[in-house]
Amino acid sequence: MVDVPYDARADAPPAEVPEVELYHPRSWWTQYVFSQDAKVIAIQYSLTASAIGLVALVLSWLMRLQLGFPGTFSFIDASQYLQFITMHGMIMVIYLLTALFLGGFGNYLIPLMVGARDMVFPYVNMLSYWIYLLAVLVLASTFFVPGGPTGAGWTLYPPQAVLSGTPGQDWGIVLMLVSLILFIIGFTMGGLNYVVTVLQARTRGMTLMRMPLTVWGIFTATVMALLAFPALFVASVMMLFDRLLGTSFFMPALVEMGQQMKYGGGSPILFQHLFWFFGHPEVYIVALPAFGIVSDLISTHARKNIFGYRMMVWAIVGIGALSFVVWAHHMYVSGMHPKFGFFFATTTLIIAIPTAIKVYNWVLTLWRGDIHLTVPMLFALGFIITFVNGGLTGLFLGNVVVDVPLSDTMFVVAHFHMVMGVAPIMVVLGAIYHWYPKVTGRMLDDWMGKFHFWVTFLGAYLIFFPMHYIGLLGVPRRYHDIGEAAFIPSSTHTLNAFITVMALIVGFAQMVFLFNLVWSLFKGRPSGGNPWRATTLEWQTPETPPGHGNWGKELPVVYRWAYDYSVPGAAQDFIPQNQPRATPAVQGAAP
Amino acid sequence: MSAIILFMAVIAVIAGWWLSQQRLTAKPWLEEGSIDDFPGTGAITLPAAKIGLGVFLAVAGSLFALFISAYSMRMNMVDWRTMPVPSLLWFNTGVLVLSSVALQWAQMAAHRNNMDGVIVGLCAGGASAVTFLIGQLLAWQQLRAAGYFVASNPANSFFYMMTAAHGLHLMGGLVALGRATARVWRGAEMAQVRLSVELCTIYWHFLLLVWLVLLGLLTGWTDDFVDICRRLLT
Amino acid sequence: MAVALILLLVAVGSVLFHIYSPWWWTPIATNWSYIDHTISITFWITGAVFFAVIAFMAYCVFRFHHKEGRRAAYNPENKKLEWWLTIGTAVGVGAMLAPGLFVWHQFVTVPADATEIEVMGQQWQWSFRLPGKDGRMGTTNVRNISPENPMGLNRDDPNGQDDVVIESGDLHLPIGKPVKVLLRSLDVLHNFYVPEFRAKMDMVPGMVTYFWMTPIRTGTFDVLCAELCGVAHAQMRAKVIVQEEGEYHAWLETQKTFAELSGRNAVTKATYKSGGK
Repeated sequence: MVDVPYDARADAPPAEVPEVELYHPRSWWTQYVFSQDAKVIAIQYSLTASAIGLVALVLSWLMRLQLGFPGTFSFIDASQYLQFITMHGMIMVIYLLTALFLGGFGNYLIPLMVGARDMVFPYVNMLSYWIYLLAVLVLASTFFVPGGPTGAGWTLYPPQAVLSGTPGQDWGIVLMLVSLILFIIGFTMGGLNYVVTVLQARTRGMTLMRMPLTVWGIFTATVMALLAFPALFVASVMMLFDRLLGTSFFMPALVEMGQQMKYGGGSPILFQHLFWFFGHPEVYIVALPAFGIVSDLISTHARKNIFGYRMMVWAIVGIGALSFVVWAHHMYVSGMHPKFGFFFATTTLIIAIPTAIKVYNWVLTLWRGDIHLTVPMLFALGFIITFVNGGLTGLFLGNVVVDVPLSDTMFVVAHFHMVMGVAPIMVVLGAIYHWYPKVTGRMLDDWMGKFHFWVTFLGAYLIFFPMHYIGLLGVPRRYHDIGEAAFIPSSTHTLNAFITVMALIVGFAQMVFLFNLVWSLFKGRPSGGNPWRATTLEWQTPETPPGHGNWGKELPVVYRWAYDYSVPGAAQDFIPQNQPRATPAVQGAAP
Repeated sequence: MSAIILFMAVIAVIAGWWLSQQRLTAKPWLEEGSIDDFPGTGAITLPAAKIGLGVFLAVAGSLFALFISAYSMRMNMVDWRTMPVPSLLWFNTGVLVLSSVALQWAQMAAHRNNMDGVIVGLCAGGASAVTFLIGQLLAWQQLRAAGYFVASNPANSFFYMMTAAHGLHLMGGLVALGRATARVWRGAEMAQVRLSVELCTIYWHFLLLVWLVLLGLLTGWTDDFVDICRRLLT
Repeated sequence: MAVALILLLVAVGSVLFHIYSPWWWTPIATNWSYIDHTISITFWITGAVFFAVIAFMAYCVFRFHHKEGRRAAYNPENKKLEWWLTIGTAVGVGAMLAPGLFVWHQFVTVPADATEIEVMGQQWQWSFRLPGKDGRMGTTNVRNISPENPMGLNRDDPNGQDDVVIESGDLHLPIGKPVKVLLRSLDVLHNFYVPEFRAKMDMVPGMVTYFWMTPIRTGTFDVLCAELCGVAHAQMRAKVIVQEEGEYHAWLETQKTFAELSGRNAVTKATYKSGGK
């Protein structure tokens, strides 16, 4: 990572560099497969993440079938159920959401939005994708090895993860850890690109405070991920040692099924500290890009500048910093020293303040706007509702003593699905509807889009909102079958069956979306270069889809911030960022 | 987790200092116009590779800080038996210092446009780094011969794991160093070589620093030091 | 406007669901009603914020959706409004945090007169241990565990000889007496979870964790495992029976001590006892 002396810009301002040294593909292979163009890498990342995400979606159906109708589907037994939850969780959090937001949206949008020709280390960027693909393949291979994938839960807590009472003890856990290590190596390569591109390759005039919030969100999330993923790396390496070499980092003296084991002295809580030192920032690694993107969606489709831009930037940076000192709120009932509870409850609830400010600013942006209820806008509204809901239930779980009865129940499951499942997915979908025209030159079908939104949003809300109350009742998570317990009324089973039906419906609505993606690629209405009449640079490219090098001969020069919508006195209700002061309004560059 | 918290605090200070230079309190909607009106807010003008290395060092630093955090938490458990440090490690440390010095020499030669000096420095640096790695392997062998196996005590496990992590980082550096040397061999321009040599040198110094910290940890000096600090405070 | 109406309906529907939900926390059986009160406070504050934000958003969509000729207002920020919102949020957060920390302080401060009992988890069953007449529990070690000594008690410890060991039976507790529940695990993480008690804590192999409570209601309660512990996690069950003091002592009299159990033939007798109950 220390080579590539890519020094074409040197000290000269970019607008005055006539020819930027770019890697030019020479064959079909280097153009579409082993491509070093961030836009192609972005699409590779997105397709791979979506493919493995579909596997996770199917796993969630299987889990719901078991929970909604226990005993009906004999092909799902207890150990398979545990394998399903583990793979579903791990895929969704890391291999789908992290990869999609940073590898997918980051790669596509960062160079375009900051006015760069490409990422600064294109070769490393390409390697990043191929290592990610390898990680995904290793992960998927665990379905086919003897013993199947690990069933330790996505948190992989030892000693359980490496003992024989858990499925996948032979191969599953080892390959899972290897896959995570590969993912982290690949991500670090990509992450270096995203960070350095923002720091070093912004075009002339693109000051930090003129950057769209999308870039702020992805940039901050990447910095956090670069610093937090090593914790997972260390935890994975140490657990591999425990599993393969018989060391006792995390393994105390224990008796497994009546047999004394050779392990001794280790601390399972040490693993939890390392895991959550990664795991909590991870929540914001997924959330911050979503925050950024949704800000831009709302602003563009409400034709109004984002309210309180400065506060939004400070909140992103503040949340990013604070999220490194809240990790142990996942461990209130782990047996760690109870005094920690005071500190971590306080930091956790403090982080709610900048987060709340972001929510206020989103809805205040709508106030006195000119709200176009396009599909991206609908998804943004859906995001606000689900995020507010999930964020507020976070105040229950973050407040240490309230967490005691609720931890490890379905309340937790409902909370994190709402806040880091449904809410970011709403943004992902909205963002796809928003930027698909830039990527393909065609609009997605509007009718199918609205159908997709309403079924997904209402369906997902009906899945996860009632689920909180099952948890409030006391039903624990990670049970393949609640079984008999005096405190569980029979109506709970009816509710579970209802949730399962909704999950199937929401899942099938995604098939409509996939059909729309393919159908519109060929039959969609041509979009032109700037169909949403947006201000940010990616909509001002000379070609749509943008060509290799993004900008043709000259890099754009930025004269204003990213949110000049409905400026009083302006001829149009938007002024592109690259439009100089006091000249007549120019139409966003034609395709 | 104090080591990693301390490390993150340092990173936060650096990031905060940099952000404070970026006029984050400006009202961008009032600041329409060319960048020349707002000096110092453009992109960083350092070469991308240099910034990239800086960011990578932060990542690697975070990795080692986490190893150290895990080490210091694990060593408080009752079964910890401190391992004797093989004397070979002192020799290895000396070799690694030599390696850093050689690369520093190469970098200075590059600034003086002395290509021969660059070649000598790079080769000496590479050779001594390889010697260090071989020395580390020998140290492993001595320990195993003396019965200190990887799984027999957590202190041993940490020793093998952390020296391996450090060695792997050095091997990655050797790849970059090899490419730089090959470039010099093929007769590249000094301007092209200078940056590569500088980056390798920074990385070597970083790995030397990490090694010294690890050595302090493994010999227990860091412990004594922390103890003394604690006693002074109370 | 259909969209605004649906958004509003989501907010109203959520509140109505909350009010009429037949799924609610179980009737409490310990002194931890403070925890329930803290949850109620949190519900009130978060519920108000949730409804206000969504209703405001629905109103904006209703009032400002695109019509021919509408143009958005230009309003980059409003310092005063943002400060008031920040302060208001901080006050709300404080109103939840302060009682939370107050109750947490009680939760982690074990009263001096609490009786210690021990719960041990293993894949996938529960064992319990009560101090004998001396009121003190003997030391244990995982390495002592054998079929004759399932909880790994130290044979040489005089305090442990009169400890009552209950392997895969039910736990009985007297009402109104504070108990400090010591938690141990033999193999993996478990979590001693009785929904009616509210309190719970992970059981971690290699260390002893604890929580305390005072049962305030007699009855039989389900014990579940709340930390994933392997394939039979969902089947790891037991019962806790909270009784009046007299009944409790009558039960206690019938239990075998460790010394009795570890004598010759003790194992068969103990199995017969628990099986015949």
